[in-house]
Amino acid sequence: MSNQEKEPLFSAKNMKLLTSPFGQNNPVTVQILGICSALAVTAKLKPAFVMSISVMVVTGFASLIVSLLRKGIPSRIRIIVQLVVVASLVILVDQVLKAYVYDVSKQLSVFVGLIITNCIIMGRIEAFALGNKPWPAFLDGVGNGMGYGLILIVLGFFRELLGAGTLWGYPVMEKLGLYEVGYVNNGLMILPPMALICVGLIIWIQRSRNRNLIEK
Amino acid sequence: MNKNSNTYIITYASVMVVIVAAVLSFAALSLKGVQQQNARVEKMGDILRSIGEGGEADRVPDKAAYINEMYRKYIVDSYAVDVEGGKIEGVDAFALLSDLKMQYEKPASERQLPVFVSRNDAGKTSYVIPVWGTGLWGPVWGYVALAEDWDTVEGIVFDHKGETPGLGAEIATPAFQAQFKGKKILRDGKVVAIALQKGGAPDDDPYAVDAVSGGTLTSVGVENMLKDCLSDYDAFIRKQLGDRTQEQVLTSNSENNE
Repeated sequence: MSNQEKEPLFSAKNMKLLTSPFGQNNPVTVQILGICSALAVTAKLKPAFVMSISVMVVTGFASLIVSLLRKGIPSRIRIIVQLVVVASLVILVDQVLKAYVYDVSKQLSVFVGLIITNCIIMGRIEAFALGNKPWPAFLDGVGNGMGYGLILIVLGFFRELLGAGTLWGYPVMEKLGLYEVGYVNNGLMILPPMALICVGLIIWIQRSRNRNLIEK
Repeated sequence: MNKNSNTYIITYASVMVVIVAAVLSFAALSLKGVQQQNARVEKMGDILRSIGEGGEADRVPDKAAYINEMYRKYIVDSYAVDVEGGKIEGVDAFALLSDLKMQYEKPASERQLPVFVSRNDAGKTSYVIPVWGTGLWGPVWGYVALAEDWDTVEGIVFDHKGETPGLGAEIATPAFQAQFKGKKILRDGKVVAIALQKGGAPDDDPYAVDAVSGGTLTSVGVENMLKDCLSDYDAFIRKQLGDRTQEQVLTSNSENNE
């Protein structure tokens, strides 16, 4: 990827598209988008990870395809065209998950299908992909997908560790021998309300470190 | 070209739909085999779980191979029966599982009802009966493992398409399913199935278990499913038990003669 001739592909401006969703432009903690699925699928690390990858693939390729088509899309039906692109990608992802990670796809259940309605995707297409060249649009899509995925994985990590005492199904707390000294899993971590509180904590930490994000 | 003319828009939309349809059908068709294999392994796994086998499935590296091997080891026979109690020849019982819904939509006399026979390491026989019904939001289904007496529940497995997590979806948890162990489905030789009792069932009631709190409609669905599906096997079970009693009578007679 670090081919010198293609160096401008990862110019400072392009890299910023990719990385800014990690911090000051995070879709979940700053723009407060995609909360619903972030709460629903993060009780365990594995589904959270698979969901992150799925959303990243869909945001990346939806932005790329819409950007490629942007000059030909009739503006009167552009939302429909965008929806068709997103929906087709989501169906493809759903089919692939059903074929290769069947158990996880059962756990994710409706939330894979609901990627279609994830505001991050339509938001990035309308705000960025329709007015930019394919490559920056792709980076922007992937970046936002990763920004979303990052929060999901952080949530999944803490919820599974503290709620079930496992990580990726591996019994961490049991191996550490914590149960023998009276440690008990916190069942509340598994439930959606605690996920919302965790998202709140992440937002709090982020804003206390980056004061620019605090609304006046 | 005017991108906002009706002709352009209609052409654009039509071409887009055709392309998308082609791509999606191609993907669906090429992944169908793998997906069906997954569904098959899941069904086998559920049958095994109802008889208390195949518990290592989530720990072994190759789940499909493990489930296949265990299934071959423990499920020794399978056949289909009709509501009159007779066996139907030439029907693949496992294939019936993929459209159990269709069987229960047919008139009773045309139904083909699958039965799976298992034998555990100790040589004990049990019978697994698949059940299908409707919960609150969608289908619920399960597998009831009965002991050799066709009466005592050895184990039960439920699953569902989309019941409410934390409420109706509790039917899929081991804790809920464990309640059924040791319950009875026959009263005076007739199938009465098992009731899901709101407010809790008394411990000594062999025909009832606790319903799911906050999941009343799912509980009612599961109760109806057990009643409807198991009573279709009523004639068959009575026939099996009837044959057995005759055998016992015959053996005791011959013993007397000696």
